[in-house]
Amino acid sequence: MAQNPIQSTATTRNQRVVVASRRRTDTWARRVFFVITVLPIGLIAVVLIGLLYRSWPILSRYPLVDLLFGVDWKPSEGRFGFYSFIVGTVWVTVVGVGLAIPPCILVAIYLAEYAGARIRLLAKPILDVLAAIPPVVYGVWGLLSVVPLVETVLGPWSQQLLGFWGLFAVQQPTGFSVLAGGIVLAVMITPLIIAVIFEIFNTVPVDLRNASLAIGATRWETIQRVLLPQVMPGIIAAIVLGASRAFGETIAVLMVVGNIAQVPHSLFDAAYPLPALIANNYGEMMSIPLYDAALLCAALILLVIILLFNIFATVVLKRFVK
Amino acid sequence: MRLQPWNRRHLIERIMQIAMIGSLVIVGLCLGAILWTIIARGLPSLTWQMISQTPKGGFYMGKEGGVLNAILGSLYLASGATALAIVFALPIALYLQTYLATSGWAQLVRLALDVLWGIPSIVYGAFGFTLMIVLGVRASLLAGIIVLALVELPIMTRAMDEVIRRLPRDLAQAALALGSTKLEVALRVVIPQTLPGIVTAVLLAFGRGIGDAAAVLFTAGYTDRIPTSLLRATASLPLAVFFQLGTPYPEVRERGYASALILTIIVLLVSFGSRWLAARLQRYTVK
Repeated sequence: MAQNPIQSTATTRNQRVVVASRRRTDTWARRVFFVITVLPIGLIAVVLIGLLYRSWPILSRYPLVDLLFGVDWKPSEGRFGFYSFIVGTVWVTVVGVGLAIPPCILVAIYLAEYAGARIRLLAKPILDVLAAIPPVVYGVWGLLSVVPLVETVLGPWSQQLLGFWGLFAVQQPTGFSVLAGGIVLAVMITPLIIAVIFEIFNTVPVDLRNASLAIGATRWETIQRVLLPQVMPGIIAAIVLGASRAFGETIAVLMVVGNIAQVPHSLFDAAYPLPALIANNYGEMMSIPLYDAALLCAALILLVIILLFNIFATVVLKRFVK
Repeated sequence: MRLQPWNRRHLIERIMQIAMIGSLVIVGLCLGAILWTIIARGLPSLTWQMISQTPKGGFYMGKEGGVLNAILGSLYLASGATALAIVFALPIALYLQTYLATSGWAQLVRLALDVLWGIPSIVYGAFGFTLMIVLGVRASLLAGIIVLALVELPIMTRAMDEVIRRLPRDLAQAALALGSTKLEVALRVVIPQTLPGIVTAVLLAFGRGIGDAAAVLFTAGYTDRIPTSLLRATASLPLAVFFQLGTPYPEVRERGYASALILTIIVLLVSFGSRWLAARLQRYTVK
């Protein structure tokens, strides 16, 4: 600094002092900001290690295979098998994501490729509001509308038309079912999936579309043959993101899915997903030995699966940002 | 030369367009169905008493009182959590954009934030609860605020990060060329210029926080009183809805629907309010 002729000759010390103090502030801000910025990375590690530590009593006592694939859930007798809960979570997630995928892809394509400014302006608040509605309100809607719909309309229809096929047979006609949970989840994850797919379509260069349209392809043919192959990994990542959101959803699913610890065999069977298990039993877990470790183990299983889903989705989506 | 209008290719084009518009209509109808259900079932039991009173004796058997405790509790929880999250989110977003830009560290932090965003709030809740047991802390407003802040942090940070990323580089570079330090650029150029987006990010996180039930289920507790201290337990609206629906009394369940309507109204006000505010603030930025 001192070698700089302008600074050293002209007005002086004072100015140099000011510059130095601004520099110092900047350096300190940089250090503080850096510490704050690496906190999120640390947070993931802390949550993982914390859950692992607290569920260690049960992980060290039973082999992992027994925990993951055991069907017995009798905490008072010391039997902790998560199989029916894991399968229940998977069922609800698969049904929810399966119902959401086709309309989500179509809507995202429509908004990205066809819709004019006015339709986009109309669609945005719809998706924003769907994303803003709290899970418990989705649960209330599910309880008031979806469960009765499944009980009185979808169930009887399905039993009549497809009852010979186990997947669609109605054994438990209460309406509280995998299907009800799936429908609620499908609506909940719709805005997320649409937003992600929409963004991906926007990353494809316009020239690609123009080239295809110029040689006489229709717009749908352009989408199908040119754009979709380009964005396919992104669409899969969007679906995985939606699935991970569905996998961990607690309150909304808990309110409509029946919460019976069994392996569901039909869309109309009740299920008991992992998050619901944690939410319902956390209060009384202290009374039974190993119960708290078992529930935290459930949280750990949930966390590990969702971490894998999310890391996969994020890594795939990163490619589109460039 | 025009193609035959109804050959197979155009038919497919037409069918797909109809399917797409149909899907959009279905999504819209779902939203309509949700709002209609909540309003139609909630409005009849939504009285002034519901909003202005705390539960009196026998509230959970259908006697008088309201859910003021839960409304205020939720506002305290979400405000506290949002304030706490801003303290961390803003420096992270600024650091990512002005200091790190696209380096490896930045990518790693963004990945971490995306992963944190994906962690379900029940896991944060369970984690927070075990931490509370270890520390010997009881369910309280403060514990609820801290866990909710964890839920809100990644949402807010990534939203701010996106907004700041869209700021034209020139502005920051002009300031740097005039001799500003990076901190000065961040505080005097980036924040004022992106204020509308930052406000949107904050309110987005607030809306997420106020509606979250799983995170506060074990950490904030539930009480019929309005919280007077950070160390007391507090009620919250999502849990009020959940508990009232769990009772065997039809009158109480009706109040659960009304509480759901109150929650929905608050969330929608926040959502539309943020858009309005962002549009207002947009005027004060350099285009």
